[in-house]
Order: sequence, then structure tokens, then C-alpha cells
Amino acid sequence: MAGLLWLIPVLPALGFVVNGLLGTRLSKKAVSVVACGVVLASFVLSALAVGQLAGMDQGARYMENRLAAWIPAVDAGGSSPGLTLDWLFVLDPLSAVMILIVTGVGLLIHIYSIGYMWEETGYWRYFAYLNLFMAMMLTLVLGGSFAVMFVGWEGVGLCSYLLIGYFYWKTDCADAGRKAFITNRIGDLAFVVGTLALFAAFGTLEFRPILASVAVGQGSTFLLTAVALCLFGGACGKSAQIPLYVWLPDAMAGPTPVSALIHAATMVTAGVYMVCRLSPLFLAAPAALAVVAIVGAATALFAATIGLAQNDIKKVLAYSTVSQLGYMFLAAGVGAFSAAIFHLTTHAFFKALLFLGSGAVIHALHHEQDMLKMGGLKGRLPVTYKVFLCGWLAICGIVPFAGFFSKDEILWRAFVWSPAIWAVAAVTAVLTAFYMTRLMGLTFWSPSRMDHHAEEHLHEVGPSMKWPLVALAVLSVVGGFLSVPSALGGDLMPFTMERWLEPVFEPATYAALLHGEVGGAEAAAAEAPQAPHAEHGAALEYGLMALALVLAALTMRFGYGFYKDGLDRAAAVRRRFSAAYDLLKNKYWVDEIYDAAVIQSFYRLCRAALTFDVRVVDGAVHLVRNLTVGSSYLSVFWDTWVVDGMVNLTGRSIRRASGLLRRLQTGLTQSYASAMVFGLFVLICVYMYVS
Amino acid sequence: MIPASHIMIFSMILFTVGMLGVLTRRNAIIVLMGIELMLNSANINFIAFSRQLGDMAGQIFGIFTIVVAAGEVAVGLAIIIALFRNKDTINIDEIDIMKG
Repeated sequence: MAGLLWLIPVLPALGFVVNGLLGTRLSKKAVSVVACGVVLASFVLSALAVGQLAGMDQGARYMENRLAAWIPAVDAGGSSPGLTLDWLFVLDPLSAVMILIVTGVGLLIHIYSIGYMWEETGYWRYFAYLNLFMAMMLTLVLGGSFAVMFVGWEGVGLCSYLLIGYFYWKTDCADAGRKAFITNRIGDLAFVVGTLALFAAFGTLEFRPILASVAVGQGSTFLLTAVALCLFGGACGKSAQIPLYVWLPDAMAGPTPVSALIHAATMVTAGVYMVCRLSPLFLAAPAALAVVAIVGAATALFAATIGLAQNDIKKVLAYSTVSQLGYMFLAAGVGAFSAAIFHLTTHAFFKALLFLGSGAVIHALHHEQDMLKMGGLKGRLPVTYKVFLCGWLAICGIVPFAGFFSKDEILWRAFVWSPAIWAVAAVTAVLTAFYMTRLMGLTFWSPSRMDHHAEEHLHEVGPSMKWPLVALAVLSVVGGFLSVPSALGGDLMPFTMERWLEPVFEPATYAALLHGEVGGAEAAAAEAPQAPHAEHGAALEYGLMALALVLAALTMRFGYGFYKDGLDRAAAVRRRFSAAYDLLKNKYWVDEIYDAAVIQSFYRLCRAALTFDVRVVDGAVHLVRNLTVGSSYLSVFWDTWVVDGMVNLTGRSIRRASGLLRRLQTGLTQSYASAMVFGLFVLICVYMYVS
Repeated sequence: MIPASHIMIFSMILFTVGMLGVLTRRNAIIVLMGIELMLNSANINFIAFSRQLGDMAGQIFGIFTIVVAAGEVAVGLAIIIALFRNKDTINIDEIDIMKG
């Protein structure tokens, strides 16, 4: 099985090639079969591989598939280490979770897309991009080295760009795609810098050797902190954290299934995955880890407040995604890596569900996304309503839905780390419950505000959209049981994600890789930095759990009452707090501030460069030109007056002289004869004088 | 016997007359005649010195000269006739086609 790991990303890539090259000639049915078939095959392979992985000993769950040399440069004997890169795919418990989410949720969203995109132009193009995305995302999570991961990292960014700009003839879609791409580039720069610094320090790009070196205490804290911050910069771009989150809300310009797959369930979690993958590195740099926690908490709260005042259904979900990603980083930052991955998993279920549900609503209303023009859909779209209900309960953290377990795990671990961070997270949870209830209220419960045309053509989703929704709804309900906390009897469960992931996040695992040769795992465990294990204060945990549950439930009850009868009460509140409302509605003017601070100054730089180009570079060129022209004039002058002058002078003087001489040749015989006689006379005179 | 010096003076006078005729007259025929005079003054010198030196070569040379002169006159007259036919004149001032 290990030898076939490469097939998992390659199969969707094959689908991309087939659909991309032959898409125009295939029927829509064939395109769908190819696209979903390869993802299904990839899912089955992933499941088989994970099954085999599960059969191994807990500490030894690791498979690697080293394909071929990618860059086989060996050390030429110099002082620097040679760069040797292999196509290395690795399956361990962490990537196992990721590939199951990616292929599983991805498969459901592929199926959903058949119904959602059926009427759109470029059907084949959509599925080709989607398959390429799957291939790249799987490369990202299976990659066993920074280089392979980076291929996927950039590849998903590309697919995100292509799919956001899927409706490329609409300017705002194309702009949103560009914005996403460019914002990601900023993060990627940091990522590359961090990667190269690691390479400079450890001479390899593969995760295991680097993490092993870090786990036994190699590398200075300064270096590791700097590297961790750089890598987190990359994660900020990819996972939409402050300050690089601005692209994600705009990315909602893409088709809704894309938002569900890329901008909620999978790609945006790549940053979280990366931080967790490198957990020993971050544990060795506590300052960087604190930054991760604080940025995560800040983002969670900040995005949740913006979500309160958005009227576009997808924008609300987008800010919710940013906020939930903040939660995941918060979890990773406080050292609860498995909680982060667990929340990533449940979030993938319920956020994909919510996005696909909103897609169903949007589809039903003929691409109306403004919640102010919805309402009363509870009875009209019963299936959509029911699945939405599951998603809503899950994200609000109501027991026993998925969000409850993952969120409470994070809240508790945050409290142990710092009560202040816990307070932020708890406020965020309350805000989350409120804006999601608001979304439900505006969309489903409040009286209808639809126009007649939309109301008449209202239609429930077809089967290809319905069953993925149902499947995700089920996952959102039961997903939480993947990792029941020990306080609630998780130790009795046959499987918890925490136990499954434990070896991956234990630096001793990596330290043992080096010490296995000399000392053994015990020696390694003694000197490796410990992963923080929160002490079990059971009463505290129960208390926090109950508190969060009560707060969420109260908020939901309040929100239900607030919105079920219409917008009048909301409007009254809005008038009273219009300043705050405007601030939130305009997203704290962050886009405008970025525009003024960054983009305009960048333009100014561009203009300055242009001026420099025109004035200095072009000026130098013109100067050279003018010098050449000027010297040419000089040489023309020299040529005309001196060189030609001398030639003409010669000619003219000869002509002048010959004019004089020509007079002698009169043509008159007698004058010649006279000259002859005169000459003879002279000769005779000379002769006589001499003799 | 007439001394050679007299004959030479005579021939000199004759040569001078012929030369002046060649140089000053405008009529081509008279110019030809001047040339005849000059040739014959040379002949006189040949003959005078032949008699004085008792050598017949001079006289023979004279006869040669007369023969050549006859040819010269014939050619000269032919040129003059051709000129006259082409230019309607034998005034050599008007004939300057050799002018450079």
C-alpha cells in the first residue's frame, strides 16, 4: 500500500488531464463521471491506506513512498550541503486525517457540483479545476518534505485563483481571484524564507530529519523562532489570518461549491495543518507559538464581529470561516494541536454543509445572495432547512453536535493557557452563535421578503445536491464523536482522534528517530521539549463546558426571538448604534486602510519608478542619442568643409589652371606656327650665345 | 663663282619671306605657297653646299625634297578643297576646330 500512496494525488490529476484536454468533446455526463470517479477512487485508496496504517502499532504508524529524485543535486565537495529533493509522500496519522477529509468532503462536493453547476458555461472547465485542486491539496497533505508540500501549497493557491475567477467575465470575480492570489503571495514569501532558513540550518527539506533535529534541541531558539514566525506568515496568507485575511471574504465571488471545498473545508486549513505538522518546531519556539495563539484569538474575535453585520449570506459564512480558522490557530498556539486538527475536521463537515446549504438557497432563489431579500424559506425548502439546522447547531456548539466537542476542547485548553485568551474565545463563541442565528433567522424564520418572480420559481434541490447535504448533515451530527474528551468518557471510546494523533504531536517520537541508533526512546523523551498536557481539572472542564453551552444556547434563543418576526427590532437596534453598525458593516474599513496604506503607497512606488525610468534611464538614453547626433553633426561639418573642401580645392585649382592653359590651344595653325618659330628663334639665340 | 654665303643669304631671305607668308596670311593657299618657298629655300642651301663640297648627295636630297613637296602640296590642296566644301571658306582664322 505504501508504494501506491502516489496514486492518491495522481488520480485526480489524471481526471484534470482528461477533463482539461477532452472536456469540450465530452458530454456533461461523461465529465461528471470522470471527475467524481477519480475522486472516488482516490477516496477508496485513501481509506485503504488509512486502514492499513491503523493496523500498525500506535507509535509506528508511518508509511513513506519515495518515488523518484526530483532535484538530485549532490554535494560537489564544497562546504554547503547538497540539495537533494525527492518526490516523497508520507502517510502518518495527521496526513491520514487530512486525506480522508479532503477526499471525503471533496467527493461529496464534487457530487453536489454536478447539480449546482449543470447550467453553467464551461462545465468541464469547472471540474478540471476542481480535480486539479484535489490533486494539489492531496500533494500538500501527503508531501513528506517542504518542497513537495510547497508544490501543493502553490498548486491549491493557483486552483483557488482559477476557481474564484471562474466567472472571469465579471470584473469583481476576476479582481477577487487576483486579490486572493496576490495576498497569498505575500504569505508565501514568508513561507519560502522560513523554508530556506531551515534548509540552511539543517541541510535538508524533509520533515522528519528536521523535526528530529529540533526535538533533540538542535538549532538556536532565535533561529527556530524566526523560522516559525516566517512559516506562520505563510499560514496567515493561506489560512486567512490577520493581517492577510482580506482575500477570503472576496473569494466568495467563486461558485458556492468552491467556497465550500476550498475556502472552508480544505485549502484554508492548510496553514493549520502546516503548523500542526511542524508542532515540535513550534514547541521549541514558545514565543512564536504565543504569537500563533494571539493572532488566532484576535482573528477569531475580529472576524466574528464583522460577521454580525453582513447581509450577503456567503459573506457571513466567509467571516465565520475566518473566525473558526482563528479558533484553530488559537488551539495550535496553546499547544492543543490535536484539538486544532479535530476542530479542523468538524469545521470541514459543518462549514461545508453550511456553504452547500447556502448554495442550495442561492440556487433556489436564482443567484440571490442578499439575506434581506430572503426569509420564510423554512417551509419552502424543507430539506435545505433541516440540513442547515444541523450545521447551525454544530457551529454554535450545542451538544451533541460536532462543534460542541471540538470547540469545548479548545476553550478548555485556552483557559488553561491563559484566561484572557479563553475570554476572547468565549466571546467569539457567543458572537458566532448570534450571527449564525441571525443568518438562520433572516433566511428561514422571518417573514418572506422575496420578490414574486423569485418566489414563484422557488425549487428544492435535486438529488445530486440533496444527498451530499444529507451526508454532511449526518457527519455534522456525529462528527464530534470522533474525539470525545476524556472528561466525558472519551477513554472508554474505541477511537478518539486525540489518541490517534498523539504520536505525531509528541516531540519524543521524532527525538527517538535520532536516538534509536544510540540510546533509545527513553533518553530522547527525557531531553525533548514536552508537548503541553493540560492537567485534568475535571470540575473546571465541566464548568467551562456548561458555561459555553449555556451562553450559546441563550444567545441562540435570544437571536431566534429577535429575528423570527422580521427585521423591525434589528432595524431599531441598528439605528441606535449606527456608528458601530457602520464600522462592522464596512468591515472596519480594513480594505480601505490597506488600500490607502499599502496599495496606494505601492502605486506611488510604481509611479516613482516610472518617473525614474522616464527621467533618468530614458534621460541617459536620450543623452547618448543627443551626443551621437551632435558628434555626427560635427563630423558632417568636418567631412563637408575639410575633406570635401580639399578634394574640391584640388579639382577647382586644376580647373582654374587648365582654364589658363587652355587659352594657348587656340586651334589656329598660325599661332602654333608662330610659337614654333619663336621657340626656334629662342633656341638659336641660346645656341649662338653659348657657342 | 658666286660664294656660298651669298646663296645662303638669298636662301635666308627666301625662307623669311615664306615664313612670314605662312605666319601672316589668312588665305590657306597662300600659306601653302609660303611653305613651298620655305622648302625651296632649304633646297637652295642643299644645292649650294653640294656644289661647294663637290658632293652629289645634297642635290639628290634636293630632288627628294621636291618630290615630297609635290606630295605635300597635293595633300594640302586636297585638304583645302575638303575644307572649302564643308565650311565655305579657306580663311584659316575661321578654322579653329582644334581649339581645346
